[in-house]
Amino acid sequence: MFSVFRDLVRYNLEFAIGLVLLFAVVIFSCLSFFSPVDPSMVYRVVPDQPPNLDYWFGTNSRGQDMFWQLSFAFRNSLTFGVTVAILSRIISIVVGLAAGYLGGWVDRVLMFVNDIFVAIPIFPILILFYLVMKTGSNSFVLAILMACFGWPFDARLIRSVALGLRYREFTRQAVFAGMSPLRIMWEEHLPYVMPIIFSTAMANMIWAIGLEVTLAVLGFTNLNIPTIGTTLYWANNHSALVVGTWWWIVIPVAIVVIMFLGLFLLAVSLNEYIDPRSRLRRMGA
Amino acid sequence: MKDYLLFALKRIVQLLAVILAGCSIAFLIAHLSPISPVEQIIMQVTGRSAASPEAIEKLRAALTEQFGLDVPLWQQYLSFLGRLVVLDFGPALIAFPTPAMDLVRLALPWTVGLLTVSTIITWLLGNIFGALAGYFQNSRLLKAFGIIAIGIQPIPYYIVAFLLVIIFGFMWPILPISGGFAMNVTPGWTWQFALSIVHYSLLPAFALVIVGIGTWFLGMRALVSNVITEDYVTYAELGGVKEGRIVSSYVFRNALVPQLTALAMSLGGIFSGTVITEQVFTYPGLGSLLIRAVNGGDTAVVMAISCISIISVAGAIFIIDLVHPLLDPRVKAE
Repeated sequence: MFSVFRDLVRYNLEFAIGLVLLFAVVIFSCLSFFSPVDPSMVYRVVPDQPPNLDYWFGTNSRGQDMFWQLSFAFRNSLTFGVTVAILSRIISIVVGLAAGYLGGWVDRVLMFVNDIFVAIPIFPILILFYLVMKTGSNSFVLAILMACFGWPFDARLIRSVALGLRYREFTRQAVFAGMSPLRIMWEEHLPYVMPIIFSTAMANMIWAIGLEVTLAVLGFTNLNIPTIGTTLYWANNHSALVVGTWWWIVIPVAIVVIMFLGLFLLAVSLNEYIDPRSRLRRMGA
Repeated sequence: MKDYLLFALKRIVQLLAVILAGCSIAFLIAHLSPISPVEQIIMQVTGRSAASPEAIEKLRAALTEQFGLDVPLWQQYLSFLGRLVVLDFGPALIAFPTPAMDLVRLALPWTVGLLTVSTIITWLLGNIFGALAGYFQNSRLLKAFGIIAIGIQPIPYYIVAFLLVIIFGFMWPILPISGGFAMNVTPGWTWQFALSIVHYSLLPAFALVIVGIGTWFLGMRALVSNVITEDYVTYAELGGVKEGRIVSSYVFRNALVPQLTALAMSLGGIFSGTVITEQVFTYPGLGSLLIRAVNGGDTAVVMAISCISIISVAGAIFIIDLVHPLLDPRVKAE
């Protein structure tokens, strides 16, 4: 596993850049653990200060220090994205490996369900969910709901790999050695789909955080928890661009772009790594 | 032909299954919540004015009956399915007593128009440029395009739309940033009205195209760079087939098939993007209606929009699926 990462960093510039960008954002969000301020408090500092030496990212119209506020926001959004990615990965691994290895009617039923989930537009459903839950909705319940819709595309990818693995020598040997289907999938096939799982996890995080931003900007999440989306919501709510507090919008957007670019580059370069032809081309072999 | 009919029949079954499953999920979410819509309305009413306990009790009984909550859940579900067939979602709260479906019917053409035109433009442009970039791998211009596509692709719809509003609304005001058509034009079947619609849809469509194009560009470039290593392409090159013909019928057509499948799969996501884009540009489509309905606490309209969008997206995927075998003869064999 370590050597894979070493090779990727050495031969794949995109992977290295992506890693650096994402690492920077993760460090920034981890700073919130040492934050001297409570993110839920308002009017603690002088409002509407442009970025200066005391307040690196300025302060907003609600009297909050944007540096710490954003640090919390990115921590919450990243946690949200990771939660959705992990939960939906679990579903897609189970469905993909089972459909690919077991085949037959299991495959047909699972892929039928899969195709249904691919086709359902999630956004109106998330809004409906907010409408009926209102204050009862928290980010964990939202993460579970999103995970329920985030797996089908990747399950199909995993299935296509598992289909190929099913007819390989080692699978046959494992069957003859008396391994149970569950153990074959878990011990023999899972390592093969690991790169796909990593690369789709990155893409899934982009998707989940993007949806969260969209929902929050409209005001359809719990607005008291600082996330990227709620930061932008409050900025809009105080007409940040009209009154000239541009740093309230520009800085979060810039960091969001850095984060998404990092995740995207990681996903793309891992994807390329999965395809041995392009990997060899890059290594010059 | 018989094969094709069988194929179409399978797709119809799938279409119905998607609609049934999607609408059922919407129903479940709307009905399994711990907060009942009746209590919500009562809370709204009693918040505004004081009422006697007897009056609240009567209101509760009346509302429970109106929402059909006095029968078991499975009966509610059956009656929901029955009304779904005729697209009856009950009266809208935000414009009582207009049926929710009438509001949706007014907003639907705007969204469908914007979505269809921008998706087709995005898909075609992205794929053509992507194919060229995959085939002419040394072109500096196309390489630069690729880097820009990578940079823009991961930015959420909302932020791109918002940046466009800032650029074209405040810094360089040449395009209208809100509304569906000019105030001084009367709606009707006139050229003036049509031109106004096109004029006002330029910016929202542009936002959708910018966000969407990168995915298709990058996907197509990767596909084409794989296809050109295939033996039949090398053979065609050695055989002296003209370059234009190789690109269009040997490479492009083969690489297009997976992109068509991807289009069908990503329609749901594109729809979500349209909702937010409409909100930013206050475009009079489903997205704006949806947000108005949520702010007004109108479950009927949100239900109607959810179900209609599920039906439309599933319908669009169905049409793409039907076109699929015409483009790729191998699909029929499945």
